[in-house]
Amino acid sequence: MQQGFGFIEIKTSGQTADKTGETNLAATMAAKSQSDVFVVFDHVQKSYDGVSLVVKDLNLSIGKGEFLTMLGPSGSGKTTCLMMLAGFETATNGEILLDGRPINQVPPHKRGIGMVFQNYALFPHMTVGENLAFPLEVRGMGKTEREAKIKRALDMVQMGAFANRRPAQLSGGQQQRIALARALVFDPKLVLMDEPLGALDKQLREHMQFEIKHLHESLGITVVYVTHDQGEALTMSDRIAVFNDGRIQQLAPPADLYERPDNSFVAQFIGENNRLEGTVEEIKGGRALVRLGTGELIDATPVNVQSVGQKTLVSIRPERVEFKPDLLPADAHMIDAEVIEVIYMGDLFRTVLKVAGHEDFVIKSRNTLGQRVLTPGEKIRIGWAPADARALDPI
Amino acid sequence: MADLTAAAPAAAAAATAASAATLTTADGRPLKAALAAAQARAKRRAFLLVAPLLAFVVLTFIIPIGQMLDRSFHHDGFSANAPAVSAWFAENAQGTEPDEAAYAALAEDFKAMRENRTAGEAGTRVNYTLPETRSLFTKTARNADDLAPPFKEAFLAIDDRWDDAAVWQAMRSSSSAYTADFYLAALDMERAEDGSIRRVEENGRIYIYLFAKTFLVSALITLICLLLAFPVAHLLATLPMAKANLLMILVLLPFWTSLLVRTTSWIVLLQGEGVVNELFIALGLIGAEGRLQMIYNQLGTIIVMTHVLLPFMILPLYSVMRVIPPSYARAARSLGATSWTTFRRIYLPQTLPGIGAGSLLVFILAVGYFITPALVGGADGQLISNLIDFHMKNSNWSMAAALSAMLLAGVLVLYWLYDRLVGIDNLKLG
Ligand SMILES: Nc1ncnc2c1ncn2[C@@H]1O[C@H](COP(=O)(O)OP(=O)(O)OP(=O)(O)O)[C@@H](O)[C@H]1O
Ligand SMILES: [Mg+2]
Repeated sequence: MQQGFGFIEIKTSGQTADKTGETNLAATMAAKSQSDVFVVFDHVQKSYDGVSLVVKDLNLSIGKGEFLTMLGPSGSGKTTCLMMLAGFETATNGEILLDGRPINQVPPHKRGIGMVFQNYALFPHMTVGENLAFPLEVRGMGKTEREAKIKRALDMVQMGAFANRRPAQLSGGQQQRIALARALVFDPKLVLMDEPLGALDKQLREHMQFEIKHLHESLGITVVYVTHDQGEALTMSDRIAVFNDGRIQQLAPPADLYERPDNSFVAQFIGENNRLEGTVEEIKGGRALVRLGTGELIDATPVNVQSVGQKTLVSIRPERVEFKPDLLPADAHMIDAEVIEVIYMGDLFRTVLKVAGHEDFVIKSRNTLGQRVLTPGEKIRIGWAPADARALDPI
Repeated sequence: MADLTAAAPAAAAAATAASAATLTTADGRPLKAALAAAQARAKRRAFLLVAPLLAFVVLTFIIPIGQMLDRSFHHDGFSANAPAVSAWFAENAQGTEPDEAAYAALAEDFKAMRENRTAGEAGTRVNYTLPETRSLFTKTARNADDLAPPFKEAFLAIDDRWDDAAVWQAMRSSSSAYTADFYLAALDMERAEDGSIRRVEENGRIYIYLFAKTFLVSALITLICLLLAFPVAHLLATLPMAKANLLMILVLLPFWTSLLVRTTSWIVLLQGEGVVNELFIALGLIGAEGRLQMIYNQLGTIIVMTHVLLPFMILPLYSVMRVIPPSYARAARSLGATSWTTFRRIYLPQTLPGIGAGSLLVFILAVGYFITPALVGGADGQLISNLIDFHMKNSNWSMAAALSAMLLAGVLVLYWLYDRLVGIDNLKLG
């Protein structure tokens, strides 16, 4: 596994370098448009044990008012980055800037960063009101001002009636709201959230996503959000940083990330994805022809391939695969497929196909009026627009 | 959706209507009875499982404590062996001068006591109330044959103390099997000749002083234990597992060594010619003549008992601290609290159940601790338990029982106070 990822880095280094250059530019421009840069990670590295790096050379600028999500598999270093920003871990190397100031030497309580923890970390021996009063008390705020702020914060999360309850007397979702209110009550400019919705059920999670997003917009705060859940990341973020193995694999707005993944890891990690292995046969006019192991030819957009003869992994989203030839460009290549299984999912059909010897090719077709429903065993031909297939690095 | 909301109140109304009448099961039995029947079997099984332990506790704990409490106010050594004079006391009110009838009854009792050889027993009981009366009883019993009318003169011929009002008062208070005399004595009080209660003479007052000292020393030991244990427990709770385990073994080591070995080592360390004194002299902290007296006195008791009881403080603290997630402290810090404020307002309050449990444990153990003060306490390091031991050795069971009962009451009062102040459900023993 480790070796595999090492391989990616070597093979794609040239390509990713200018790619990241490009995205960084886009990012800085996006950041500029939302006024200026607020948080900067400058060549940050982190090691816990002095043997291995948990965060390897992190470069990231977060704009004022931006909602940035760190997304990645378990152990990829997301929490570590957040903890360095909050001040609970020190960067082994590199510099973190907050509003232009280096903060490596600033203790956590002087950073003025609001934080929402995965387990909420509401103080169990204090009531909700006391929990919210805490950050204001330690700032020496007077009682009347404090109470006004607490009331406002509680109303903001629709928990005004719960000030006298203990955290243990609240449901998970209610605790989550209080944790949110507590992180916001002292008007921080930057709020960090580490998997804040991880413990909630799906429906509540979706509702809270909406509320957090809404608060972010109405308060104009900068949010750095950590999650495992790509759906959450896609719906909430201005930009998403996909982490793997201590590095940012891609930093881009949600649509870019989903539709134009930079490498196989991102393509595989975000959303459902079909992969076809092959060799580049021809690159011409921003289009590549890839010959599969079975000898068939398919179309793709070259992303991580430069020359003919290179091995590649072509990635296609299931909803972009078409089996009705009239919907495809005239010169698009089509290949044979055999229907293995059709799963009815209400709004769409998920069909598993056998393509190029693999029985895990998935297509999704909307359940519209007059949609042709495939039957298992049926032999069809499938194809796609070249722009929807991306020739990425092989794994 | 509209149907649903309309249906909901109707359903609720139906439910309340049903609960107004008694609910029954499908076959018509009342629900409560059916539930009880269904649970009876499970309850029986549960009871059978705990029955052996219950029997053990009753036999070895409840019955002995009950007996102890009984002995502390019930002693029939005199009343059973001197029934005639006891009857005379019952008929004649407090303050009546003993008349010829009283002496006659006493003579009758002495003859019976001589026959049954029980004068010592009766004398012992009176002796508890008025010292040095046992010999009077045995002497009189030996000469019981000389007792002939007029009895008063006959008694005075044997010993002239027989018209002493104090003796008669002591016999009067012994004449009832149930007595508060032992509790009075345990409170440094006694009955005057006229039956009123007064404090004993200045130099005879020992118990209240000892009780106070025991509670104070125990409180001091508890405090020292808390101060020493808190950082250790915190370290244990935050250290990586492997190191924490090693430290834990060190903490538990005292448990695995014999108490006598531990105490002996402390004697070796602390005695006049001991390691600590030699070290101080070598370091020039004290002169050779100024050797510190650190053992066979109060200081020795405190040092050694602190050591013995320290694990009882560390363990509950540790078990509480271990489950406090570090995210609380982090949350507090991120909210703007300094590390001291975080400790005082977030960490410390959450360790209260451990502090409470540990303090209660150490205090209760210290209050009843007997072996350490006996071994290293010298003259001034003795606590109330050593006095209880003394009375037990002298077979004064009633006095020992009264003192123990008062100790028990004191601890229960503390327990009650703790419950009122902190709440007993806020206690974590492990
Ligand atoms: N305090 C620590 N000491 C040593 N290693 C640590 C420590 N905290 C994290 N690590 C290691 O650092 C790596 C990254 O951890 P981190 O918690 O940042 O991952 P994450 O991306 O937040 O994962 P998850 O999604 O599971 O929360 C992991 O391999 C983890 O084992
Ligand atoms: Mg994490």
